Amino acid sequence: MLWQLFVVFLKIGSISFGGGYAIIALIQREVTDNGWIQPQKFQELVALAGMSPGSIATNTATLIGYSQLGLAGAAAATAGIILPSLIIVILCASFFLKMQGNRWVRASFYGLRPVITGFIIYAAVHFGAGGSGKPLLTWPNLGMLIICVLCLTAVLKYKLHPFAAILLSAVCGIVIF
Amino acid sequence: MKMKHREYLNKLVQLFVVFLKLGPSTFGGGYAMITAIEREVVEKKSWLKQDEVGDMVSVAGSAPGGVAVNSAAYIGYRLAGTAGAVIAVTGITLPTLLIVLILSVFGTMYKDVPKVAAALKGVHAAVVALIILAAYRVGRSSIFDSATLVITGLTVLVLFFTSLNSVYLILGGPAAGVAVIIIKHALGISAVTEKDVKDNQLEINYPEYYI
Repeated sequence: MLWQLFVVFLKIGSISFGGGYAIIALIQREVTDNGWIQPQKFQELVALAGMSPGSIATNTATLIGYSQLGLAGAAAATAGIILPSLIIVILCASFFLKMQGNRWVRASFYGLRPVITGFIIYAAVHFGAGGSGKPLLTWPNLGMLIICVLCLTAVLKYKLHPFAAILLSAVCGIVIF
Repeated sequence: MKMKHREYLNKLVQLFVVFLKLGPSTFGGGYAMITAIEREVVEKKSWLKQDEVGDMVSVAGSAPGGVAVNSAAYIGYRLAGTAGAVIAVTGITLPTLLIVLILSVFGTMYKDVPKVAAALKGVHAAVVALIILAAYRVGRSSIFDSATLVITGLTVLVLFFTSLNSVYLILGGPAAGVAVIIIKHALGISAVTEKDVKDNQLEINYPEYYI
């Protein structure tokens, strides 16, 4: 099981182009399909991960590992998701840097970037809609929507730091719910 | 010879300490970190020259994984080889790992307290907002012609309506990109693979681009 955790996150880590938010969808598919974690619990973990410093993807990996197998699980999942980046960055730093201007490398990234955008859109909808099956227009959902819109305007218009937005939302949450 | 060995060890320890200190400040992650790393590594320690920071950002941004962790790996490697990379990454990850675990322990302990549950719900909404924001920002620099728009659309459709393994999508993106460029080339249409350079620089000013 420990090995499995490591391998799953190794796999996620090696395709985690685009960093955190793009990967949430990937992780969710992988761990809920495996039946490791219920979708509801997954959302709680991501909320916790978002509150902590560091990449939301790595933090989610840590929390999933921890929820499965305690400290050893946390270490295995974190190591798994970070190891591929480490290896690839070392490879890049040693010789890939010269290939940066290469036409085909550019063409590949031209195609890869929109895919990453798609992943992030999927994550937003999936994470936002949450537990499907329930009626959509309920008081809690409306509250969430309000906080969500407030956050968007605060960060976009008033250049609020994302972490400040998260803290404020926690306060709003206490007030509304 | 012995001196050299000691110098090397000393450097490893310094790397570890610097990135251990940088770790907890990675709130918001991504490009926000680059400024902090720059201050520490270029200005204070002079480990890296200013013009190498650009290389670092482009490698860290295009490799899979978070920008902050990738930057740590890059600097560690440049200074002390593979061992340096491992040490730097361990340093930057360790504090967050501990903070996440502590939060999670408290989170589960007080999960049933109504106030805590309410706060978590608020955070949930904020995370949704931040993801939408990330999508908007990444989309603005990656979708600039019909081909990229179609690729994004297809990706979303595939994700929602099939259970196709995401690995194929990640591999399919570059393949589609290369194919489009080849076809455009064959048809004699000029092919642009990046949005304006000006826009690329803008990305660096957006700290939440990657988290």
